[in-house]
Amino acid sequence: MLQYTVRRIFVMIPTLVVISALVFTIIQLPEGDYLTSYIAELEATGEKVSQEKVEFLRRQYGLDRPVVEQYATWVLGMLQGDFGYSFEHDLPVNEVVGDRLFLTFLLSFSTIVFTWAVSFPIGVYSATHQYSWGDHGLTLIGFLGLATPNFLLALVLLYFANVVFGTSIGGLMDPEFVDQPMSWAKFTSVLEHLWIPVVVIGTSGTAAMIRRLRANLLDELQKQYVATGRAKGLPPFRLLVKYPLRMSLNPFIADIGNLLPQVVSGAAIVSVVLSLPTTGPMLVRALQSQDMYLAGSFLMFLAALTVVGMFLSDLALAALDPRIRLGGGTRR
Amino acid sequence: MSGAGGAAGDRLDHYVSTDPFDPHSIEALTPEQERFYLASQWRMMWWRFKRHHLAVVSGAVLALLYLSVLVSEVIAPYDLHSRHSDYIYAPPQPVRLFHEGELAGPFVYGLHYRLDMENLKREYREDRARRYRLRFLCSGDPYRFWGKLEASFHLVCVEDGGTLFLLGTDRLGRDVLSRMVHGARISLTIGLVGIAVSFAVGLVLGGLAGYYGGWVDSLVQRLIEIIRSFPELPLWMALSAALPVTWSPIGVFFGITIILGLIDWTGLARAVRSKLLALREEDFTTAAVLMGARPGRVIARHLLPNFMSHLIASATLSIPAMILGETALSFLGLGLRPPVTSWGVLLTEAQNVNAVALYPWLMFPVVPVVITVLAFNFLGDGLRDAADPYKAD
Repeated sequence: MLQYTVRRIFVMIPTLVVISALVFTIIQLPEGDYLTSYIAELEATGEKVSQEKVEFLRRQYGLDRPVVEQYATWVLGMLQGDFGYSFEHDLPVNEVVGDRLFLTFLLSFSTIVFTWAVSFPIGVYSATHQYSWGDHGLTLIGFLGLATPNFLLALVLLYFANVVFGTSIGGLMDPEFVDQPMSWAKFTSVLEHLWIPVVVIGTSGTAAMIRRLRANLLDELQKQYVATGRAKGLPPFRLLVKYPLRMSLNPFIADIGNLLPQVVSGAAIVSVVLSLPTTGPMLVRALQSQDMYLAGSFLMFLAALTVVGMFLSDLALAALDPRIRLGGGTRR
Repeated sequence: MSGAGGAAGDRLDHYVSTDPFDPHSIEALTPEQERFYLASQWRMMWWRFKRHHLAVVSGAVLALLYLSVLVSEVIAPYDLHSRHSDYIYAPPQPVRLFHEGELAGPFVYGLHYRLDMENLKREYREDRARRYRLRFLCSGDPYRFWGKLEASFHLVCVEDGGTLFLLGTDRLGRDVLSRMVHGARISLTIGLVGIAVSFAVGLVLGGLAGYYGGWVDSLVQRLIEIIRSFPELPLWMALSAALPVTWSPIGVFFGITIILGLIDWTGLARAVRSKLLALREEDFTTAAVLMGARPGRVIARHLLPNFMSHLIASATLSIPAMILGETALSFLGLGLRPPVTSWGVLLTEAQNVNAVALYPWLMFPVVPVVITVLAFNFLGDGLRDAADPYKAD
């Protein structure tokens, strides 16, 4: 197990390095840099910008140095916990980002827990009651969740939460708790707001998980050991839980690796609609204004979140199924 | 078979038919059997596909949708950009058949507009005194067919003086239904163009990896892993933010499609690679190589046709993700921009809670999105089952 873990870590590091290079390339792609768009904006409003000042700013931010050097500075800084400087907010990225990263993490984590909690019982029910009305109905709901654009679902739920429960619109807590220290009341307020994004992001992944578990479990249920167990008089529920369910659980856990990028994607757009204090809205703004270090750090954080999450799901899978760590470093 | 008569020991009568003998007559097939056993692979796929009723229906729905794209201007009651400044945020007008208990043919009532001075809310109610008959195959709002030919022929229009807003109007008084019909043109093609891009990339890279193996394979595999571990939407967002602002809307359209396709190819490449790895060990591949076929020919001519049907099925399954992706990007303002109209662009109108509360009909463009995505999913399911018609189920 230890050997497997070490090997997985050694695969993860180059992945993260390549991703960082990719992210840096992408945020460099737009023509010009933050300063050119900033100057264009100033000139559009009729202000004059002196050439010296521009040069000074450019030197100050290190934008005059070669791209490779900028990249190296950025990556080395990140390793020391320094994510660069946000031009638009005129603050170090660390301070701008604040606890947004934590809230993003919280949101993704709750969504995965929700997806599991919902799809697990439904998947088991659909498999054990194949082709029943319940099976068809639940499958249909799952597909509808898959096909409806997240952001619209978010809007509608938000509206109903406001009308039915009186939850305040937008944000991840009631307005009076923003900038307050953590307290029980704040915590419950966060919980009250959290369910909407969690449900919305969760729905798109749930359908796939249900289908996966259902298919796996159906395969297992047809095997002979199930018939043997039944013939020997094992109670149906115990039989189900003890053998076929355990067998069909492996792919379910492996799937978390596929689920995670989807959840992070979903969170990015839903948080824009719901104006959650997570990475989404700020990322969109940073991308539009070419605030490159802010955007880059967000992208890097989201990618790292998925890579590390996949790593953890691989470890969980390896702990469950010894064949996987013996089978060399590759999955699938 | 003992002889009919004669004493024991006599030679039995030996009967030999003089008719010409056809040795195949024993195993002759009835026409139905023949049709079944000699069916081509594509025919068998069709039979298998037909058994998946939902997939057939979905295929028909998609075919209708794509056909409608050819004649959007005729189907839509109004042109894409016609504004009705007297009818801003008008609610949907139901089509009615009965007027005061009498059958009066399809018609709509006129709309009466009043501004509530207390909360400045626009209030519309039906004016029962004014009736406007619907006419079919008529000439109405003028438009340029495919941006070229001037015409004014519509499938349905309303009597002069009346309005026909079956799904209401937006903030500029434009008919939502007409805009949805026109938006289909962009939204439906974006999936196809995107999938073409991802198909091309996936085939080439997956083909290289599977055919050559070794370091090429590892390289492509790592690349796929990295792209897959990156959350799709933020990557799309970052790339589309990189599209120059100076590009024309059509340029942006193609830019977005290519971006969607460039990230989506990983699944296809994986499928191609694993199939090729197995197939390149087959005898017929060796034979082709020995006869001097170049790698490109071996891959395209001898290997790919073996699993083309699988590829088409999985490509169908990844179109919905692209349509939803475009919708999401446009909704965020990072995708297509007006005057290019897609369902995503239309949904930006319904961006805040006010729209949901006051003008819920602005959310109608989500209906075709859901229908299309579901239909592609079911069609892909059916195609996947049909792709391997020899497999017993």
